[in-house]
Amino acid sequence: MSETGAAHPQKYWDMRAAGNFIAGGSGSGLIAVSALAAAAGAAEAAAVPMAIGVAGVALGLSLVWLEIGKPWRALNVFLHPQTSWMTRESIIAGPLLLTGAAGAWFASPAAMVLAGVLALGFLYCQARILRAARAIPAWRQAEIVPFIVATGFAEGAGLYLAVGSQALVMAGLAVAACAAREAAWLAYSRGLLRSGAPAASLAALSSQEFKAFRLLQAAALIGLMLSLALGGSGWMRLAGLLAAVSGWGIKALLVTRAAVTRGPAIPFTPVRGRGASRTIMR
Amino acid sequence: MTRYAMTADLRRCVGCQTCTAACKEGNGTPPSVQWRRVLDLEFGEYPDVARVFVPTGCQHCADPPCMEVCPTTATKQRADGIVTIDYGLCIGCGYCMLACPYDARFKVDKKAYAFGEEATAAERKREHPIGVATKCTFCSNRIDAGLAKGLTPGRDPEATPLCVNSCISGALAFGDIEDPDSPVSKLVAENRWFRMHESLRTDPSFYYFWDKEAP
Repeated sequence: MSETGAAHPQKYWDMRAAGNFIAGGSGSGLIAVSALAAAAGAAEAAAVPMAIGVAGVALGLSLVWLEIGKPWRALNVFLHPQTSWMTRESIIAGPLLLTGAAGAWFASPAAMVLAGVLALGFLYCQARILRAARAIPAWRQAEIVPFIVATGFAEGAGLYLAVGSQALVMAGLAVAACAAREAAWLAYSRGLLRSGAPAASLAALSSQEFKAFRLLQAAALIGLMLSLALGGSGWMRLAGLLAAVSGWGIKALLVTRAAVTRGPAIPFTPVRGRGASRTIMR
Repeated sequence: MTRYAMTADLRRCVGCQTCTAACKEGNGTPPSVQWRRVLDLEFGEYPDVARVFVPTGCQHCADPPCMEVCPTTATKQRADGIVTIDYGLCIGCGYCMLACPYDARFKVDKKAYAFGEEATAAERKREHPIGVATKCTFCSNRIDAGLAKGLTPGRDPEATPLCVNSCISGALAFGDIEDPDSPVSKLVAENRWFRMHESLRTDPSFYYFWDKEAP
């Protein structure tokens, strides 16, 4: 089908919006992982990663603020918790930033654990924000929810190794998180093929840039596994950082270039004169 | 209950875009914003091709995905089914545009006029909001004014959307789909129709006719 007004890449959310999914997703993942460390008795070591996670969430929200058309009305975002996942994300963000900052400042395990729970909620809201966008088939795919949550957590676990302690148990957590991300990606990409996602979305998700980021993800997972097998190594920080950076790249592509609209759908052409209608297969 | 709906007879539409022009003139929308558009679609491979003109715009869904995602409650639904935007509440986050499967919403970030720096008379009459989401209103201002005068939307031109009034081929019709005697109800009963993206369960108020009902 060739057409004017056909399916096209969305142009409303650019890298500033993607920045919220990148910085906010990694930040909330880092807060959740730091909370796990704090719950396991390493609150002092988790303080700096927790603070960085809080900064990540704040940075992500600031980027969104820069994107909206009426930034001085931003507080209106809180008005629709009944159905809007964006409102729910915003509502969670306040207590998340407060408890995260308090946890980092006082190295308080209780505040950190509370922040960790809120961070998981924040991450889940981010996933559901994409899922609720009915105009974008690549986001509407049900499997995007576990993928966004898994990648946020994997990025957080990787960042924890990069900026915090390289305890073997944390490396093990990062390996598990990255493996979960691989599984979630596999389910998501298969789902896209199964549901007939737009060709432009699939093309963006098989572009050279995308393949490079996927390669980095694989390298991160292998690096983490090797580090773990060797009982820790200097490469652990780098592998952790790779786990995060590769996730950022994939989310940037997912939010911007792979987000293609549905376009019009005409099941039948009109019957004119002696002609017959044709059924349009999509 | 009243539920306003629009119908487009694809057999009649010739793609003249008069409805688009009438909408732009009446609503003073800036360049690049077309609340009423006519898509020019081509199907098949040469020489076996079909060309179809499809008027489109906000479908005023009964279950509008734009309203569901809107974080500010700026997008609302009236009792008569018309989906509205409160420009005073909207923060211009663009989320509704990503939720609307009909590509019916627009946002402009700076003032622009059709002919350079100066606004035309139509543009001066209706200042287009900047930085917020906008879309087709089914000309709710005309409907409300018409109802106040005792007129019937869809029958009386003064109470009917501009695009329907302007349609040169009679492809567009408007009215209360819940009223069995309204023009749109009769047309829906007499024709074979579809609604776009039915599988998304938005329950749109825009019906497309493609053949007469089988006898």
